[in-house]
Amino acid sequence: MRKILTVLAALASLSLTNCGYNAIQSEDEQIKANWSEVVNQYQRRADLVPNLVNSVKGFAQQEKDVLLGVTNARAKVGSIQATPEVLNDPAAFQKFQAAQGELSSALSRLLVVTENYPQLKSDALFKDLMSQLEGTENRITVARNRYIKAVQEYNVTIRSFPSNLTAMMFGYKEKPNFSVENEKEISTAPKVDFNPAPAPSK
Amino acid sequence: MRLASPTTVIPREGGESSTPRLLGRPLASLEYWIARPSRAMTARLWRAIAVVTFLLAFVLPAAADVAVPELTGRVVDQTGTLSSGDIAALTQKLRDFETRKGSQIAVLIVPTTQPETIEQFSIRVAEAWKIGRKKVDDGAILVVAKNDRHLRIEVGYGLEGVLTDVTSRRIIDEIITPKFRSGDFAGGISDGVDRMIRVIDGEPLPVPSPTVNFGNLDDLAPLFIVTLFASLGVGGFFRAMLGRLLGSLATGGVIAVLSWFILGSFSIALALGALGFVIGFIADLFAAMGPSSGSSRRGSWSSGSSGGGWSSGSSSSGGFSGGGGSFGGGGASGSW
Repeated sequence: MRKILTVLAALASLSLTNCGYNAIQSEDEQIKANWSEVVNQYQRRADLVPNLVNSVKGFAQQEKDVLLGVTNARAKVGSIQATPEVLNDPAAFQKFQAAQGELSSALSRLLVVTENYPQLKSDALFKDLMSQLEGTENRITVARNRYIKAVQEYNVTIRSFPSNLTAMMFGYKEKPNFSVENEKEISTAPKVDFNPAPAPSK
Repeated sequence: MRLASPTTVIPREGGESSTPRLLGRPLASLEYWIARPSRAMTARLWRAIAVVTFLLAFVLPAAADVAVPELTGRVVDQTGTLSSGDIAALTQKLRDFETRKGSQIAVLIVPTTQPETIEQFSIRVAEAWKIGRKKVDDGAILVVAKNDRHLRIEVGYGLEGVLTDVTSRRIIDEIITPKFRSGDFAGGISDGVDRMIRVIDGEPLPVPSPTVNFGNLDDLAPLFIVTLFASLGVGGFFRAMLGRLLGSLATGGVIAVLSWFILGSFSIALALGALGFVIGFIADLFAAMGPSSGSSRRGSWSSGSSGGGWSSGSSSSGGFSGGGGSFGGGGASGSW
């Protein structure tokens, strides 16, 4: 009886490896790990924002709107839970991405504004914060790329035969992936305008 | 070599997605000009343009990323900027540092990273070279794109705490780029590397292992033990059922198939399978020779575990290779 059980167990594990169940498991875990890294880096950026706002505030108090925009976007990002369950819920994923995108654009508006303040730009603290922000944005890009690749691998497994049957049986769905947030902006050619711009408010 | 025409604004990722855009704009204006002629003519023109653009998409290397250079040594200079003396001195310095501290630093000089940014390029280099020790991730790469006038210090995970973005930026801004501006590339790189070494020295890292590389052996040792025990257990079962030769053959087969599925590597699976077969076979011989076959089986097993042939650990004496460190995009970039 025990021998038969052993053989059955061996056969079961063989068939499991064949049907892609294990592949799905390991790729699913890989996605979770990569997602944690993405969230981790986004968190790092969010943590930088208050310092950045404070250092800009000292030099550019009149840019209240921009600073407020960054602070609000930061608050919104903080209010969204980014647990791994987000990955099984495309709507929540969309929401997360939208909030982070908003913070990205608020930050880039802030950076544009800071160009008008040479004193701020030569400030040592601001410089350090900027290099931290740049590094973090780069880490976010790397983390997102790795997440995208992991999801691609997983989705391919889930959709190809025979592992798609396993996926169907256990209810594994395709995972949402990042898309370019400003697809429209990118696909229209940038306009170069040589007319004098309205004087920046100093 | 690159033929940049005004309409080929090709986004970096995904060549396919760019094709419709290549078509879209010239066509729109062309149709405006050839609104009158017959539809067949326009259609033919469209097709011709489509074919030409399609071919151009392959011919134009504009969209092709710069390939990751081969890791020929600790200092890879594709521009011929450094003299062989500079390279030798730098290499010596980096080698001494690795034997002393254990962490690896590499220097790469390329003419350009276009169309990628230096960040995109250098993370690809880091992922390919795997500088730094495995699990410790204490590698750093200094990447210089000479014609772009950009440089970057790419920092492995394990060094992000000490060689922070701010520190890296300071090394770039305050030590390297002033020398680069005056054309002293060798001096800039040498001083920058010196500073990186000094900064990393401040971080307590695991002591470097002796020069012989046992990495492979470490990976295989557990497998070895598992194979041994599997051939004991499964072998006993099969031998009881099938007899000596067939039983040990079956044992080897089962082990090979199992390890093939688990490891995904056919050659290792085959080797393990052969090992299982041999162990099963010899074990049976021992058992047959022994005075009480079967009961004293366990006693004779110690001889089976010799397996002295695992000297496959590649020695890292001559060439240089990354130790398996991973990177996450830390570091800083600068320009001069």
